[in-house]
Amino acid sequence: MHNEIFKEYESKLPMGIINDLKQRVPSNFSQAKLKKVLELACEEYELMKVDAGEAVGLLSAESIGEPGTQMTLNTFHFAGVAEMNVTTGLPRIIEILDCTKSLATPMMEIHLESPYNKGKEIKEFAESIKENRLKHIASEFTVNVAKAAVDVTLSQEKLTALKLTVPSVVKAIESMRGIVVKADGNIVTIKPKGKEEAINEVFKLKDKVKEIYISGVKGITQVLPIKKEEEFIIVTAGSNMKEVLQIEGVDAEKTITNDIIEIAQVLGVEAARQSVINEVKKVIDAQGLNVDLRHIMLVADTMTVTGNIKGLTRYGIVSEKASVLARASFETPLKHIIEASISGETDYLNSVVENVMLNQPVPVGTGLPGLVTKNNKKEEKAKYL
Amino acid sequence: MSEVYLNGKFVGSVENPVEFVDHIITERRKNSLANNINVRYDQENDEVYVESSKGRLRRPAIVVRDGKPLLTEKQVSQLEKKEITWDDLVNQGIVEYLDAAEEENALVAFKEEDLTPQHTHLEVTPLAILGLCTSLVPYANFSPTARINAGSKNQKQALGFYAANYHIRMDMDVNLLDYSQIPIVQSIMHPISDYDKHPSGQNLVVAIMSYKGYNMEDSIILNKASIERGLGRSIYYRPAIAEELRYSGGLVDEISVPDKEVKGYKSERDYRFLEEDGIISPEVFVQEGDVIIGKSSPPRFLSGMEEYNLTSNLRRESSINIKHGEQGIIDFVMLTENEEGNKLVQVRLRDARIPEVGDKFTSRHGQKGVVGLIVGHTNMPFSSTGIIPDLIFSSHSVPSRMTMSHLIELIAGKTGALSARYVDGTTFDAEPEEQLRKELLSMGFKENGTETMYNGISGEQFQAKIFIGNMYYLKLKHMVANKIHSRARGPIQLLTRQPTEGRAKEGGLRLGEMEKDTFVAHGASLLLKERFDSDRVIVPICEKSGLIGYVDARKGKAISPVLGEDSDMSYVEMSYAFKLLLDELKSIGVYPKIELENKF
Repeated sequence: MHNEIFKEYESKLPMGIINDLKQRVPSNFSQAKLKKVLELACEEYELMKVDAGEAVGLLSAESIGEPGTQMTLNTFHFAGVAEMNVTTGLPRIIEILDCTKSLATPMMEIHLESPYNKGKEIKEFAESIKENRLKHIASEFTVNVAKAAVDVTLSQEKLTALKLTVPSVVKAIESMRGIVVKADGNIVTIKPKGKEEAINEVFKLKDKVKEIYISGVKGITQVLPIKKEEEFIIVTAGSNMKEVLQIEGVDAEKTITNDIIEIAQVLGVEAARQSVINEVKKVIDAQGLNVDLRHIMLVADTMTVTGNIKGLTRYGIVSEKASVLARASFETPLKHIIEASISGETDYLNSVVENVMLNQPVPVGTGLPGLVTKNNKKEEKAKYL
Repeated sequence: MSEVYLNGKFVGSVENPVEFVDHIITERRKNSLANNINVRYDQENDEVYVESSKGRLRRPAIVVRDGKPLLTEKQVSQLEKKEITWDDLVNQGIVEYLDAAEEENALVAFKEEDLTPQHTHLEVTPLAILGLCTSLVPYANFSPTARINAGSKNQKQALGFYAANYHIRMDMDVNLLDYSQIPIVQSIMHPISDYDKHPSGQNLVVAIMSYKGYNMEDSIILNKASIERGLGRSIYYRPAIAEELRYSGGLVDEISVPDKEVKGYKSERDYRFLEEDGIISPEVFVQEGDVIIGKSSPPRFLSGMEEYNLTSNLRRESSINIKHGEQGIIDFVMLTENEEGNKLVQVRLRDARIPEVGDKFTSRHGQKGVVGLIVGHTNMPFSSTGIIPDLIFSSHSVPSRMTMSHLIELIAGKTGALSARYVDGTTFDAEPEEQLRKELLSMGFKENGTETMYNGISGEQFQAKIFIGNMYYLKLKHMVANKIHSRARGPIQLLTRQPTEGRAKEGGLRLGEMEKDTFVAHGASLLLKERFDSDRVIVPICEKSGLIGYVDARKGKAISPVLGEDSDMSYVEMSYAFKLLLDELKSIGVYPKIELENKF
C-alpha cells in the first residue's frame, strides 16, 4: 500500500530521500499521514534547492576562499622512526586546484591483499617496493687512480635484505652506457669505455654511477609500513601508481595516491574528480575548517567537465572560457586580446566579469530575468544627452 | 689549526685559538689594543672572528675576574665625585664593550649577588638590557615583553615638547602638548634623559571600571571638565611654503595678490585675507579654500593650439590655499630666500586640538585606546572622598594582555600623588609594591587601591569597589581631526573619470574586487551596476563600424568616426573605463567592434 504512494513521489523526490523515508515510516502509518509527510518532504526539498540565477560558482569560491585565508602553513608529521613530511594547508590546496604536475610531496597509500595486510612479511614487502639505486646498496665508492676506474663496494647486508646478488647488480649497472663493469667478490669495478680517460672524467663517473637504478619501483623513495584500523598498509613517499598496481599482493582497488594527474592517467577522470574532492576535504578537515562538500564538488566538476583534468590556472580552465574579456581580466590580458583580434573573436557578454567591465547588469540573480513588453513607438529615439 | 677571520676576511690560522682570543682580550683591557676590537672563538666551526668594523651594536659590561667585579666601591665613589670618568674605566679595562658575537662567549651576571666563578661579566645595571625608550616604562619587569615594546613604541608617538625653539621652526606636522607634566612614577632614566625638560604626558586620575559600555574594546572615557581644564589639549602646526621659481626665458613667479586677468582667478572673497604683498597677516582665522599666499606663474610652455590663442599669454594662478577639511589660525609668517636666491614665503597654520571622540591615548604599558565618550563632570562616577576620575579605563583590557605594570603604576601613582613625591618605578629595582600598599594604608586609603564609588547619574553606590589611582597618560599623534573623511560627490580623475583616491584628494572609498563579489553572490545585479555607475557615460556608437562616435553639437547629431553622417548611431551606456579600454585597444592596433542588438 505504502509502496504505491512512494512510487507516486519518485518523480518529485530523489531516491535517497524516498528510501530514507521508507525505512523510517512505521508500517502502521495511515495513508493520509504518509501523504502529508511526503508533501512536507517535497516542500522542504524544493526550499533546499538552489534558486535559479544563484551565483553558485562565486558562492563556492567565497566559501572555499574565506576559510583559506585562515589556513596556516603547518606540515603534518608521521609518528615513527622514518618520519615523513606532507604538504598540507594552503600550499596543498593550491597544488590540487592548480593541478600541479610535480607535487612537493607525492605519496601513496598501498593497501595489500591477504596475507600481507595482516602484517606478514610487511617490512620485506615494503622494502621490495622501494626504489633502490646503486648508492643505496653500496657501502663505499672510491676512485682508483691507478686503474682510472671507480670501485664500488657492495654491502652484503643490504644485498641479502633485498634478495639481490652481485651478478644481478652488475647486470643492472651495465644498463648504463659507455662503461665496462667487472665484479670481484663484493667489489664492482666500473671503468669508462675508451682509452686514456682523464682522471676528472672518472670523478664525474663516480657521481653518475651512484644514481644507477637497481631494483624496486621507480619513484618510490621511502616506504613506511603502518597499521591503520586493523590492517597493515604501506605509506610511501613518491608515487608510481601504474607500476605499484601491477605488483602481486597489492590491493589495486584500495590503493591510492595523492597525485591527481596520475590518477587521471591510470584510473580516468571520474576517479580524478573524486580524488580532487577527497584531497581538498582532507586538507580542510585537517585544519579544522568547515566547508560544505558541495562547494568542493562544484570545483572538482569544473576541473573535470572536459574529460581531462584541468587546473584553475590560465592554462587550465580559464583558457576554456568563452569570453575574451573574461580571459583577459584573469592573467596576461594583452596575450588574450591580441590572439582574439587575430582570429576575430566575438565576445557575447554572457557572463559576469564582462558585464562588470561594461557596467551592464550582470546576468545573475535579479539581472537574469528579462521583461517583454509591447513597444508602441516604431522607433524609439534616444532621449539621452 | 683554527682559522682566523678579520672583519669577515680570512687572514691566517692559529694553533691555540682559546689562548689567542684571551691574548687579544687582555691586550684590549690593557689598552694596548684599540678597545673597539671584539673577538669571538666559534668552537663548533673551530674559527676565530676578530671584528673592528663599524656599525656593530655594542654594549658595556663590567669585567669579572674569579667571580669578583673589577669595579670597586672606591671607583664608584670617585665616579660620583667626578674624579674619574667613564672613559677611564673603559681604558683601565674595568668596563668593556661587547658586541653580539663576543657576548656569545661571555657569561654576564644580571646582579652582583648572582656572580659565580664562571661569570666573565656583570651588568652595569639590570636596566642596561633595555633601550632608552623602554627604560622609561615603569615596573616593566611585571609585564610581557610584547606589551613593553608596544609601550615604548607608543611613547615615540606621544605629544610633548619636542624642541624649545619650535616657535621659529617650520617643521611639518608639529604637535605640542599644552600642559605637559612630569610623571609621578619615574624610572632613573627620566632624570638621566632630562625628561623634566621635555615631558610628554599628563598625570591623570584613572578609574578601572565600565561606563555604559562606551569603553569597550580598548576605548576610554574622558571627563569633560578635565578637558576643559586642559587635559590632552595640544596645538597643531603645519607650514605652507611658496617659492618664486625662476623659469627659462627670464620668467618668474610672482608672490602678490593675483590680478583679475590671471587665468584661474578664484574670487575676490578667496583673496580677502591677503595684504598688499600677497601674503596673509598673522592671527587670521582661515578655513578651507581661503588663499594664504597669493601667487601667479608665467604661462605654460606654449604648445599646439595655444600658440594661436590670444588669451594664452596670461599668467596662471598658483596660489597656496587651505586644503580641504583644514582650518586654523595663521600663526607665523616668514619671508626668506632659498639656496638659489629665490624669494621664499613660509606661513605656519596653527590649530588648537581639544580631545574629541576618536583621539588616541595610551598609558606607558602598551594599553592604547581611543576616546569613546566624553562625559560631563556631573555624570562621572565619584568616590566617597569626592574624587572624580579624569579617565575611565576598561578592566577587560588587562587579563588577556597581562600588563601588571599598568596596575602597579596606578597604585604607585596614587601613593606618589597623595604623599606628594615621585615614585621610583625603575624596571628591576623599583620601589616594591608592598611598600606602596603600606604607605597607602597609612594615609587612610585601602591598600589595594580600590575605593567606594558612586554612580554619577543616579548617585547610587556601586556594589564593587573601584580600582582608582593616578597614572601617566600620553596623547598620541593620531587624531581624528587629521583623519576624518567622507564623500558623496567630489573630484574625479582626469584619465578614467573615476573618483579620486585618498583623503587629501577628497577621494571615494573604493568598492573593490572582493566587495563586488559579495554583490554578485547576493544576486543583486542592478544594485551592483548602480554602485559602479561613478564613471558612467553615454556614448554614440556607429552601428555599421562598431566604433564610438562623437556628437556634433551644432548639428545636434551623432557622427560616426569613419562613416560620418552615413551611419545609424545608437546611444549606449557604459563605464568610461571601458570606453578607455576600447581606445587603448585601438592604440595597440586592435579593432574593437561593438555589435549592437536589442537587449530584449
